[in-house]
Amino acid sequence: MKSDIILLGHGSGGTLSHQLLDSLIIPILSQVAPGEQNDAAILPEQSGRLAFTTDSFVVDPIFFPGGNIGDLAVNGTVNDLAMAGATPLYLSVGLILEEGLPIEDLRRILESMRQAADIAGVRIVTGDTKVVPRGKADRIFINTSGVGLLEHELEIGGSGARIGDQILINGTIGDHGMAVLASREGLELKSDMKTDCVPLNSLVAKILAAGGSDVHVLRDPTRGGVATTLKEISLQSKAEITLDESGLPIHATVAAACSILGLDPLFVANEGKLLVVVAPESAEAVLAAMHSCPHGGDSTRIGEVTGAGEGKLRLRTAIGGLRSIEMLAGEQLPRIC
Amino acid sequence: MNLTAAFRDPELARGQLDAIAKTVADYDGAMTLMEVCGTHTMAIYQHGVRSLLPKPIRLISGPGCPVCVTPVGFVDHAVALARRPQTVIATFGDMVRVPGSTSSLMREQASGAQILIVYSPLDAVSFAEKHPEQEVVFLGVGFETTTPTIAGAVVTAAQKGLKNFSVLTSHKTMPGPMAALAGDPELQVDGYLCPAHVSAIIGADVYRPLVEAFNVPCVVTGFEPLDVLQGVLMLARQIVAGEAKVENQYNRVVRPQGNPKALALLHQLFEPCDARWRGIGDIPESGLQLRSTYAAFDAAKKFPVEIEPAKEHAGCLCGEILKGKISPRECPLFRTVCTPDEPVGACMVSSEGTCAAEYKYGS
Amino acid sequence: MCLGVPMQVKSIENDMAKCEIDGVQREASLMMIDGVNVGDYVLIHAGFAIERIDEDEAQLTLDALRSALDQGLVPE
Repeated sequence: MKSDIILLGHGSGGTLSHQLLDSLIIPILSQVAPGEQNDAAILPEQSGRLAFTTDSFVVDPIFFPGGNIGDLAVNGTVNDLAMAGATPLYLSVGLILEEGLPIEDLRRILESMRQAADIAGVRIVTGDTKVVPRGKADRIFINTSGVGLLEHELEIGGSGARIGDQILINGTIGDHGMAVLASREGLELKSDMKTDCVPLNSLVAKILAAGGSDVHVLRDPTRGGVATTLKEISLQSKAEITLDESGLPIHATVAAACSILGLDPLFVANEGKLLVVVAPESAEAVLAAMHSCPHGGDSTRIGEVTGAGEGKLRLRTAIGGLRSIEMLAGEQLPRIC
Repeated sequence: MNLTAAFRDPELARGQLDAIAKTVADYDGAMTLMEVCGTHTMAIYQHGVRSLLPKPIRLISGPGCPVCVTPVGFVDHAVALARRPQTVIATFGDMVRVPGSTSSLMREQASGAQILIVYSPLDAVSFAEKHPEQEVVFLGVGFETTTPTIAGAVVTAAQKGLKNFSVLTSHKTMPGPMAALAGDPELQVDGYLCPAHVSAIIGADVYRPLVEAFNVPCVVTGFEPLDVLQGVLMLARQIVAGEAKVENQYNRVVRPQGNPKALALLHQLFEPCDARWRGIGDIPESGLQLRSTYAAFDAAKKFPVEIEPAKEHAGCLCGEILKGKISPRECPLFRTVCTPDEPVGACMVSSEGTCAAEYKYGS
Repeated sequence: MCLGVPMQVKSIENDMAKCEIDGVQREASLMMIDGVNVGDYVLIHAGFAIERIDEDEAQLTLDALRSALDQGLVPE
């Protein structure tokens, strides 16, 4: 690479484009030899149902404590496949680069993506790169789509929650959202908060092995946090879910940062957490299985499905009161009142 | 000591609730307690306090949400300034979604305006220092807890010799509206939970004239759930005993005379003025405006802009909500036409507005 | 009105204090209060320390709440 920044020419399809692909993007992401590069990746036949998902990533800042937009883009799609109970297999990567993006930043992001893919056990098999003029994109946008294989016949959808089901989570809430927010200009908070972004497919495999068809819903509480995700599930399942505030796992630092900014940790994004809605008979076994996993050491029960009929989410507060939780209109904003 | 966790202890909460139940066991009729602080409104909802209090006690919200009582014209003025070239509107997050006559700061941002959300007005001053080519206008809204912080920011900007920092303010004071409400024959308030942090600045003694004039108990109360429960208990005890006095539940922070240094800073920069309270009307001497000596930092004087004629939405009952006369569920627009997505009035969009809180947390 | 969080003063330089609570650090102006020492707990609102928190009073309040629970009595 001769230039130290992305130029419009890098997206034009000519020699600069090939230079970018051949000397940077392809060697880092997938190591496919130039002779094998075609318009489409041909995938081997699979012996079961396929899961297919897509997600786009526009996070700001692109580098945040503990991660960056790259590993977020890989793990985000891996996790969407995992939540369907699928074994993630192949990813595509679509990059939209802003003219002027430092090549070194792109390199760091690509290397994170490769590392994340290797850890998750997925292969990046196809992709696309576009460059837009300065000011038309916020440094870099990434889209990842993923294909996974369902090696079982289970139906794990959002409408499966039933009365008595237990709600489990694999660890602390609000880590990702607060780590990103605290690193933004204007708020000036310093801490050691880090994103919790990790792939969850191995954890899901253990959960399904332990709970089988008793696992009714799996979902990762990303944007909108635990509250939004559980509210969605309650609506899809027409169920009433009650959460226990005193059972919610949260790092003291995250709780403090939320207090200072006036934010509710239940609505803050997570990137390495999943919610399990499981029949009571298998709750203990699933929890034990989760504890035995690298990303499940802090797994705990946070609530249960307490009724049927209408989609409702409630919170039993720390002092024993009861309140309802509704979806927010938009993103939470820091407040002083 | 973990000051937050200690005041959320569920066992101690149980103790207060039992004591409250015992106190009101033989009380005839309703006991209506009003809090006049948006942060109390939120705290009560967030901790589910209403679901725990015994029957006679009714908690209602008064005009303590500074964003809710800010006139529509202020938002319109901010919108007009946001449309100026090379201008950054720095603001607390609370103001960003409040609807003006035809637009909001959030909408202006979508159309290209620069809106910077800050945690402290000092962060806006730092931003102005780093970007001398931009005009930074900070929106100052709030009661006596926040007004001294805006005063501090202006003093800091003056010390740094900044020419590109100014404030657009709509500050209001307590306990003026409390007297207006206490004197309203249509409103029956048996006791007031007085604001925690406003009182930290203005002092607990400031409520004495209110008690003397209207014979209504006042308890300065903190924001943690145990504070709220203890404050309710202290009010209930006074009411049952037929007493009326000022008590200070939050004495770990609030002193009788308040914070004289903060008050001095406030008065150095600001002077009293008449103020319009959205939904309530004009209350004399209930506002604060920048003194003319600080005109260079007053965005209203520095930038002549055309402000659109103020338009209130017909049918909006925020006024009745703010006066505690009706609850959100009694407003025909609540949840039907007026929602957090499409708010008609400020009570719904302000993060601590009564209607927003009921919508988000009410059971 | 309004959000205020108790934080502990870790260091002071001129009129600014570095404050901390549970691992979150934030600078705060001491423009509005006098006589603050490192180690004190202060109430932070919008980047300013608006009052000192009296730990003795805090303990007294908690003691009163505790005795109300223990004795089923109404606290003073």
